[in-house]
Amino acid sequence: MNSELPPEFIVKVDYDRCRRCRRCVMNCSFGCMTFKDRVVPEHRRCVACQRCVTYCPEYAITVSKNELAYKENENWSPEIRKNILKQAETGGMLLTGMGNPREYPILWDHLLIDACQVTNPSIDPLREPMELRTFLGRKPERLEFSMDEAGEIDLVTEIEPQVRLDVPVVFGAMSYGAVSLNVHRSLAMAASRSGTLMNTGEGGLHRELYPYSGNIIVQVASGRFGVHSEYLNTSAMVEIKIGQGAKPGIGGHLPGEKVGEDISKTRMIPVGTDALSPAPHHDIYSIEDLSQLIFAIKEATDYEKPVSVKISAVHNVAAIASGIVRAGADVVTIDGFRGGTGATPMVIRDNVGIPIELALAAVDERLREEGIRNNASILCAGGIRSSGDVAKAIALGADAAVIGTAALVALGCRICQKCYTGNCAWGIATQKPELVRRLNPQIGADRLTNLLAAWSLELKEILGSLGVNSIESLRGSRERLRGVGLDSQTLELLGVKPAGVGQ
Amino acid sequence: MRIDCKGLYYRKQNKMIRDFANDGETEFILDNANGQRYIGGGIEKKIKITVNGVPGNDLAMFMNGPTIIVNANAQDGVANTMNAGEVIVHGSAGDVLGYGMRGGKLYIKGNVGYRTGIHAKEYKKQVPVIIAGGIAGDFCGEYMAGGILVLLGLNRDEGTPIAGDYLGTGMHGGVIYLRGGVDESRIGAEVSVLEPDAKDMKLLKKYLAEFCGHFGFDLEEVMSEPFVKLLPVSSRPYGDLYAY
Amino acid sequence: MRRNCYIPSGCSISGMMSESGKRLDGNAIIRSIALMHDRGNGLGGGFAAYGIYPWHSDQYAFHMMFDDMDAKERCEEHFKDRFEIVFDEEMPTRPGGVFEEETSGRHGDFGGQPIIDPPILWRYFMDVPEERMRFVSEREYVVEEVMEINSKVDGAFVASSGKNMGAFKGVGYPEDLGVFYKLGEYKAYIWTAHGRFPTNTPGWWGGAHPFCLLDWSIVHNGEISSYGINKRYLEPFGYRLELRTDTEVVAYLFDLLVRRHKMPIELAAKALASPFWKDIDRMPERERRIATAIRQVYGGALLNGPFSIILGHSRGMVGFNDRIKLRPMTCAKKDDMLYMASEESGIREIAPDLDLVWSPRAGTPVVGVLEEGVE
Repeated sequence: MNSELPPEFIVKVDYDRCRRCRRCVMNCSFGCMTFKDRVVPEHRRCVACQRCVTYCPEYAITVSKNELAYKENENWSPEIRKNILKQAETGGMLLTGMGNPREYPILWDHLLIDACQVTNPSIDPLREPMELRTFLGRKPERLEFSMDEAGEIDLVTEIEPQVRLDVPVVFGAMSYGAVSLNVHRSLAMAASRSGTLMNTGEGGLHRELYPYSGNIIVQVASGRFGVHSEYLNTSAMVEIKIGQGAKPGIGGHLPGEKVGEDISKTRMIPVGTDALSPAPHHDIYSIEDLSQLIFAIKEATDYEKPVSVKISAVHNVAAIASGIVRAGADVVTIDGFRGGTGATPMVIRDNVGIPIELALAAVDERLREEGIRNNASILCAGGIRSSGDVAKAIALGADAAVIGTAALVALGCRICQKCYTGNCAWGIATQKPELVRRLNPQIGADRLTNLLAAWSLELKEILGSLGVNSIESLRGSRERLRGVGLDSQTLELLGVKPAGVGQ
Repeated sequence: MRIDCKGLYYRKQNKMIRDFANDGETEFILDNANGQRYIGGGIEKKIKITVNGVPGNDLAMFMNGPTIIVNANAQDGVANTMNAGEVIVHGSAGDVLGYGMRGGKLYIKGNVGYRTGIHAKEYKKQVPVIIAGGIAGDFCGEYMAGGILVLLGLNRDEGTPIAGDYLGTGMHGGVIYLRGGVDESRIGAEVSVLEPDAKDMKLLKKYLAEFCGHFGFDLEEVMSEPFVKLLPVSSRPYGDLYAY
Repeated sequence: MRRNCYIPSGCSISGMMSESGKRLDGNAIIRSIALMHDRGNGLGGGFAAYGIYPWHSDQYAFHMMFDDMDAKERCEEHFKDRFEIVFDEEMPTRPGGVFEEETSGRHGDFGGQPIIDPPILWRYFMDVPEERMRFVSEREYVVEEVMEINSKVDGAFVASSGKNMGAFKGVGYPEDLGVFYKLGEYKAYIWTAHGRFPTNTPGWWGGAHPFCLLDWSIVHNGEISSYGINKRYLEPFGYRLELRTDTEVVAYLFDLLVRRHKMPIELAAKALASPFWKDIDRMPERERRIATAIRQVYGGALLNGPFSIILGHSRGMVGFNDRIKLRPMTCAKKDDMLYMASEESGIREIAPDLDLVWSPRAGTPVVGVLEEGVE
């Protein structure tokens, strides 16, 4: 059946400027640009990834929205009509990529950070020490010391394994398969240079990256792809993936288009098949089963690695997080509903879950109420876009923030949301060798290192303006946040006063 | 070495095994075991562990090399994400057997529970093998992406099916062999029932000879009934699920 | 202290019964549940025992929990006119009780937690006054009273209310609670036990399991994802769901289906864990008609989500799983004994040599019935 879907975008070529170099044809990975005497765009195929626009030496290409493709209607938006048409033609679930793009409130943008004036001094981070070092892992409730006959004091308490971060921002889980090996290479190198962590996601770890083990979180998900004892031990930390913010409660299918020889080897599945990760782990159907898996991992790593459990932010997140901590997790990663993904049914991404800001506040509060906040670190993921978001997340109670989409944007991603096609023109969410080559891992690592360096500087500026010189003075300090344009219940849930109210 | 596991907590027991194995000990006999989890978990050495008693959940989880012999029934999660080695159970086993299994052999004399061999994998020569002498519960071989799974259905009551419902649902790799056929209403939509060829029978015979050797079954008798073979219909069972 | 939030939890369960009615002390069930220590987290545990009060077998045995003496007085005031108290006493306990042994399922050093800060634990053996039964049956009356006390009498909670049975539960690990409650000194023909892994603030003893109403007791492992609709389904029948745990829902559903709607227990289990339509479509005519009708009428009673349950009642014990068997359960027989537990090792710990060991199929109840004539 021929599609009746109107094109979403119109590609305009300024033929006066075009010098027919065909660079746009070579760069377009969605088959939109062809050359018949001159460049001819097939509008219907354009995804607005901006690759041709960026690489046209004459700036002769513009991509615009196909404005009147659908007659205006506030209720029946173009998006809704497009989706119905697509489903009527295919009978399939709508697949999409990246995080929830819809107009839900972004609470970060309704939170403002405090600063010092006169009564207590701000600090100049350029001249004075400013500490961002953070440790992830279970901390004991208290320390015990001994004193020998000579009066020498020693530490008796053995602290469980901790992972050091020099910057409280880690790279989020993005699997080898969903993203290219060059993305993993860029992330691993940048994590190692910046003193932070990258996360393998659920597709295993390419052997080439084993030397970066000190900066890697290895993930164990329901498909158990690439999970073996050597993998578990080639890590700074092990993460059990229960949920993902972009698709709470459902699993993932890595489309067969992305399963080539190398992915097949790392995941141990046939070439060209979909890699199926169902929603539940088949050995976890209750909280005590999670505990069983946590300790299976601890046994296999000789109790040397912290174990994290990643969940998506759902209604009952606080109680769930409490159970996870009591089940033995050393780190809880909460992923909000704006978190990204390589592929998810649109209906789930756009309608399921809760905002990370509320989830984080609820979890931190619950763990404190129960006196178990020290038992685990909290990683906050899903929709962190800037150092400002990081600072606010830490003030709400996170130990560190997690970035996925922001890191991909640094690598060139234009958020066109077509990750699931395997045609990523920027060499990120693809396994096609000719596309993967487009991302140079050395340059990628530089760009990511730059991003974290820039955010570190900004975080230090924020700390300085708050008059503190160490990140732990901000952690959980909701007193340093104020809300604007938030209703009183949201403020209460966030544990934040409205702007205008002093201490 | 023999360890009396009566009342011995799993962490102490498994640490003893790991420590002694690091010191070169190659054989362990666990007497009076009952419910200790993770026996053999993550061990990379080619040691042999004999378990006298019922081992706890996740026996041989992440195991990479050892041989484990269980002289009793085993519980849930045997050979969970196991990479290499051998597990021989002289009894029945519980649910979620061989979940995400990547390699090695898993021989169960009796029945196996629900969700056997889910997400089993393979790559080239690394192919896990699961053989159960009895019957299996529902969801056997679900999402299998590789491996060889054999159900023999020996010693079952008349009318008892060899496997439960949803056999091979979502299977997209590997192979299942069933002795004596299967009621096709029980199998998942993603598999087709075929007759094994000579190559299949040769492969089966090789593994069944080992299996019968462990448990004293008569190979000829086991091989006397015809087998059927289940293969995935498509390598992308859910390719049509989505609108791109 | 009661919390008004829904509390998910995981668990271990164990049950044992002598079908010939032999009464056994509580040491075995304590050992069985202790073996599965790691399935709980020390925030709840408990036991139900049947046949423990033969000398008061005609009276309703109320095991009560009171926050303080005022609550006890308030409750006794409430009992006045409503019941005839035949006998009452403080529950015998061993404060600070702890299970001392190391077992293969429980680390000796960090396994146990002495039982502290119990509420006031009191038991009442009571008759229902004749004139109270003019409009309702005796059992209906008791159910209404239990609901009334739990929702209206501040600081009082009915832990169990059946005849010749009782619940012994609280905050802690079950084996420690077993020592605390001196279960070695009770003799019962049915014992069930529960080790809980809740995700709430420790504190409220009433929230522990088993959950009991009349002679029903429920221990269950798993979380019932259909809790919301099960609760709404029950409320119009007069059940007040106070605990906000799914276990409570199960007990009330059995009370409704078996006691009030007089459904055979096997069929009630089929309403709670219904066969799939595809299987119903293949059933012979009569069976299909029954199964279809049950799903049409009792859709709100379907328990969806992972669970394994042991239901205890005065004439027996029933174990069953959810429709796709997402929680484990092993059953075993030895002579006249029937055992059920989350793990086989939990049974082997107390009965190493068994005649028969099996795992029931999904949704298929295993029914233990007390021989006739056993009192």
